Amino acid sequence: MKLGFFLKESLRSMRRNPIPSFAAMASVLVTLLVLGVFIPVVQATTGAANEVREKVALEVYLKPDVTEEQIQRVRDRLTNETAHVETVRFVSKEEAYKRESKRNPEAYELLGSNPLPDSFRITPDDPDNIGAIRNELAPTTPSGSRTVVDPAIDEVKNRKEETDKILTATNVVKLAMALLCGLLIIASALLVSNTIRLSLFSRRREVEVMKLVGATDSFIRWPFVLEGVILGSIGGILAILLLAVGKIAFVDPLAADFALISAPETMSLPVLALLLMLAAVVVSALGSGLSLRRFLKV
Amino acid sequence: MSLYLVDPMAALEQSSRAAAAPRRERPAPHAPVVELRNVTKRYEGGDVGLDDATLTIARGEFVFIVGHSGSGKSTLMRLLMKETDPTDGIMRVAGKDLRDIGRRKVPYYRRNIGMVFQDFKLLPNRTVYDNVAYALQVTGSSRKEIRTKVPDILRLTGLSTKLHNYPDQLSGGEQQRVAIARAFVNHPPLLLADEPTGNLDPETSIGIMQLLYRINRTGSTVIVATHDVAMVDKMRRRVIELQRGRVVRDQAAARYSGGEPNTAELGAILQEHLET
Repeated sequence: MKLGFFLKESLRSMRRNPIPSFAAMASVLVTLLVLGVFIPVVQATTGAANEVREKVALEVYLKPDVTEEQIQRVRDRLTNETAHVETVRFVSKEEAYKRESKRNPEAYELLGSNPLPDSFRITPDDPDNIGAIRNELAPTTPSGSRTVVDPAIDEVKNRKEETDKILTATNVVKLAMALLCGLLIIASALLVSNTIRLSLFSRRREVEVMKLVGATDSFIRWPFVLEGVILGSIGGILAILLLAVGKIAFVDPLAADFALISAPETMSLPVLALLLMLAAVVVSALGSGLSLRRFLKV
Repeated sequence: MSLYLVDPMAALEQSSRAAAAPRRERPAPHAPVVELRNVTKRYEGGDVGLDDATLTIARGEFVFIVGHSGSGKSTLMRLLMKETDPTDGIMRVAGKDLRDIGRRKVPYYRRNIGMVFQDFKLLPNRTVYDNVAYALQVTGSSRKEIRTKVPDILRLTGLSTKLHNYPDQLSGGEQQRVAIARAFVNHPPLLLADEPTGNLDPETSIGIMQLLYRINRTGSTVIVATHDVAMVDKMRRRVIELQRGRVVRDQAAARYSGGEPNTAELGAILQEHLET
């Protein structure tokens, strides 16, 4: 009986105040649409940035005449004793030669023999840790030059310039995206809460009368909260439908051509929809419930 | 009201007496419904609403509170509704000290008081029927109860043809009747009316006053704050006059003004002088 009554009350008030109700619903809808477009874009961008960062690697070149035993020793050292190492891949002379000669066949034809050493290719667990690994394998001596920790290692190299560029560029992209995302969320919250407050403000007299008739606070509040939930859900459902249409009509056909859009880190639509729906309902319900508190003090 | 063939209020009086008597527990038979002892209300900024007011209103009385604007009539009403609290002094309603009613208990307290306002204060997006029903829904009445009580009270107040109109489709007098129906649908022991005829023409006012008077005859105590000189003079009930928050006159079966003649009487006197 009670829930039914509250539900009827909120439906009535929506019917009798169609414009404020529509405004609240529309603000939820627009906000969710923007968020729904923006969240996958942010994810795709950071995903792409991360993919680029994966390419950051450290090369450990061995001396030209190392034995099988020494190779094994260095491998053990890299995999077991060095911190921050994600993967270690051995690149033999032959493999390196094959790869390089494919890239520049004429030069290697002229050389005849294979000048390339055996090497290990190390990827760090986090691209930012690459310097730490290098310092561990090739500590700096007091004189400023570098030594190596194992006699079989000839040199430890990261392509410094390239690495730095990738790291700063991707960091800037990530930071910018996080900032934009934060601003957007704040703007949406303000928009929704203001719309709700406005529609409640136009009804503060109604609340006052209810209080004078002897309605308890919760008796007044529940229909408002339910109204928020209903409007939020309608806005949320519409936004999700529009997003789904947009995805099917525009994004999916393009996904084949652009790797970026089909980046594996992008949230799947159902998960995104669920999240957006939850946000819509919680924000609208809380918004109406909290904004009402001011008017209840009669 | 005189248009009715059968007086509907008489029926109401009987039915409400029958319904109310076993349900409502009455404390002492002649205990005052309202009791103020040295009540002072000072607003922020120094304005005085009530100044050391002491008065007692017994069960079943019909009392006019008169005075100029700013004399404290509305303050008294608001204090009785517990919209604000007195700065000083003791207020008792039906024997209960208002200070003992916590914030959460205020709604339950208000359900025992019917309130009628100058500006009607109806809910604009509810029909006449729903406006009255709301006062019952608030108390958690069953649907069946609402379905019988609301049409009854609306018939008694002369609104049975307007059940599904919205307040803005009614005349002022009709809106005030709805407000009175809403105030009285719970049969409250105390009914407060703050300038109930302030926005109405004299003829409509008479109807409203009659309605209030008949409610009073069913046993409810009625307190009316008013400016309406003609009405007070005609009804000859107890009059409490306030001046700058002080009780300056408390007189049974009185006129609006105390010793000196009011404007109409002054006019009559002048007329006599001119004629002679």
